[in-house]
Amino acid sequence: MAKEIVALILAGGEGSRLGVLTRLVAKPAVLYGGKYRIIDFSLSNCINSGIDTVGVLTQYRPLQLNHHIGIGKPWDMDRMNGGVTILSPFTKQQKGEWYSGTADAVYQNIHYIDELDPKYVIILSGDHIYKMDYSKMLEFHKKNNADATISVINVPLEEASRYGIMNATENGKIYEFEEKPPQPKSTLASMGVYIFSWDILKEFLIHDHQNEQSDHDFGKNVIPKLLADKRSIWAYPFIGYWRDVGTIQAFWESNMDLITRVPQFNLFDPEWKIYTPNPVKPAHFIADTGHVTRSIIAEGCMIYGQVKSSVVFPGVTVEKGCYIEDSIIMSNSIIKSDSQIICTIVGEKTTVGSNVKTGFGEYADNTFNPKVYQTNISVIGSNSVVPDNVTIGKNVVLDNYLTPEDFKDLDIPSGSALIKEGVAQ
Amino acid sequence: MINTMGIILTGGKNNRLKELSMERSISAVPFGGKYRAIDFALSNMINSGIRNVGIPTQYNFRSLMDHLGSGKEWDLDRKTDGLFIFPPYLSEYGTGWYRGTADSMYSNLTYLKRSNEEFVVINQGYAIYNMNYSEMLKQHVDKDADITVATRYMTDFSKEDLSQLGIVEIDLEQRIIDFQEKPLNPKSDFASLGVYIIKRKLLISLLEDSAAHGYFDFVRDILIRKLNELRIFSFEFKGYWRPLISIQLFYRTNMELLDPNVRFELFIKNGKIFTKVKDEPPAKYNEEATVKNSIVADGCIIEGMVEDSILFRGVKINKGAVIKNSIIMQNTEVCENAILNNCILDKNVIISSGKQLNGDRNWPLIVGKNVRV
Repeated sequence: MAKEIVALILAGGEGSRLGVLTRLVAKPAVLYGGKYRIIDFSLSNCINSGIDTVGVLTQYRPLQLNHHIGIGKPWDMDRMNGGVTILSPFTKQQKGEWYSGTADAVYQNIHYIDELDPKYVIILSGDHIYKMDYSKMLEFHKKNNADATISVINVPLEEASRYGIMNATENGKIYEFEEKPPQPKSTLASMGVYIFSWDILKEFLIHDHQNEQSDHDFGKNVIPKLLADKRSIWAYPFIGYWRDVGTIQAFWESNMDLITRVPQFNLFDPEWKIYTPNPVKPAHFIADTGHVTRSIIAEGCMIYGQVKSSVVFPGVTVEKGCYIEDSIIMSNSIIKSDSQIICTIVGEKTTVGSNVKTGFGEYADNTFNPKVYQTNISVIGSNSVVPDNVTIGKNVVLDNYLTPEDFKDLDIPSGSALIKEGVAQ
Repeated sequence: MINTMGIILTGGKNNRLKELSMERSISAVPFGGKYRAIDFALSNMINSGIRNVGIPTQYNFRSLMDHLGSGKEWDLDRKTDGLFIFPPYLSEYGTGWYRGTADSMYSNLTYLKRSNEEFVVINQGYAIYNMNYSEMLKQHVDKDADITVATRYMTDFSKEDLSQLGIVEIDLEQRIIDFQEKPLNPKSDFASLGVYIIKRKLLISLLEDSAAHGYFDFVRDILIRKLNELRIFSFEFKGYWRPLISIQLFYRTNMELLDPNVRFELFIKNGKIFTKVKDEPPAKYNEEATVKNSIVADGCIIEGMVEDSILFRGVKINKGAVIKNSIIMQNTEVCENAILNNCILDKNVIISSGKQLNGDRNWPLIVGKNVRV
């Protein structure tokens, strides 16, 4: 049966500014909010908006994503007709090729969409944290008889030059698009959510594919071409919480947004649930010696120490005498006794030994990659073992899969890095 | 245990759970922050490798059916085998009501006949324990037994609780020589768990035989009557086991979850306990929260003080509220400055501001479903 609308989620992004957090998984698979992975928001938005047919385009490190999405059960997308399909790059008769851009990724899957024969296609990014009803955007698209509709959010003027900015008339018709303009003329930033009428998008994708000068990117190439051809493109204003979480600081801040008394971003809304595979774990336990304030704690945790202003994922153990503040502790990690974890992101399945201190001393520039690591936050990768009595400063990065032997020194000063070279995990 | 199917008996009418079982089968009683009692019996079967499970239901089975659904959460939504639920039905021969445990199986004899596993594990939906039945099956085969009954020394049970169980006496070979169902004066603390292993074909013929004689109860009419005729053996289970058959046991078993050893044995050591998922966000603790020695499920929002208690999914504890030694079920809200001690609050209860409720450790105060205090 033909579908009115099909969603495509672009989930191939590396998210390189998230450092060790995305060294082993694609950005949409990064853990978020005490239980979720980033892509859960786009997937849940789809099903909550009545879109049950979703293609997920993967490329960079797809294993965790494939495992997470499976046949789409948690999102109720295990359907006879429609459901979720993982679309990875594939070889053709002549040659195999990777997706060379967002538009190319969709171009290479034209056959998938044609098979479903939808009237509209919604293109989403699997990188963003937000709750949005796409069905309202589709209504807007239909009402305007648009060729394309781009969802936009008002951003502060001083930040506008970081986004793709839409210049639109008062009623929302876009007449100009500027990618990261130095002098932005408006504050309407593209959220990377596009609805196209499929016949038009298909025509432009084929055209874009033939253009050897093109970077095959929606923002850079396809949208400007549509505008140049005087197509009807509309800006759909979105009001609400939307975050790109593309940097360690933004990722940390967005997690911390969840623990305020009345969070701007409410995960408790029964009308708009965010779905994810539920871990099979008992409810969490706070011991006699435990104390938890201003935090979110997931199932299966055992808290014997003090946790303040932090986000704790399922299955984490915090032993006696620990003090955790302003931190994100991901699934199944263990923080052993008397450790002080301050302003640190600890990856999943990591063991932090006894009497470890993090977030100590003064800030220093990171020696390994100052572009990625440039805040007070220290990051410890997944599956690592940090030995007892280690003191870790601010803005430190520790790799995934570290063993105690990798720690040559018990003192890891601010700004330093412990990265395992050449290990293809 | 590929050659074994399972039947979960969901219990008769039970008034000893008071308000908790008024609207639900005792197998559907909420337990431990996110479970219902039957999750343990069902997960034990799954963890033992059983993939064909039948569940006859009788009293107030709506909530049980709602909980089990198609068996998705237990991975039992299968094309071959899977989960089968059998509510009572009217027919030319049936009364539209199961007259006992044997009758509930006999009424669904077609299911037993159509299945092709060699063995059947029968267990009870209201007991909290984590047991892999493989070892019991091995003993059953080794002893060439007709029926094997799981048993346990109930050293940690009161005499009153013991008189609600089946007391078993065995010989040196572990063959059962006496079985007293719910005796007023139990002569020992060695009791049946209500877990049986039997060959499917033997079960069918025993059920047919007992129905022909107008008998309907598996324990009284088959197990006890055939004690000499059949080779009935005991298999001793040494782990933690609690039946939720009285308010005292319900309260105690929930509270025992605060013991890390009990939690380890129930949830980690032998296999996971599966349950219906609710897709709640993780629990949120605000500035004023003080939580000690408690179990808290997803979806809770806590601003008050909670000690030695169990909070189910979606519970809200407002500022100034004090909760001690209590069990608070799904979506219940305790408003500001309310004080609760030794209480059991069922689902969707609202305790309004400043209210004080005090129960006794042995007689916790129960507030029924959807009540506003």
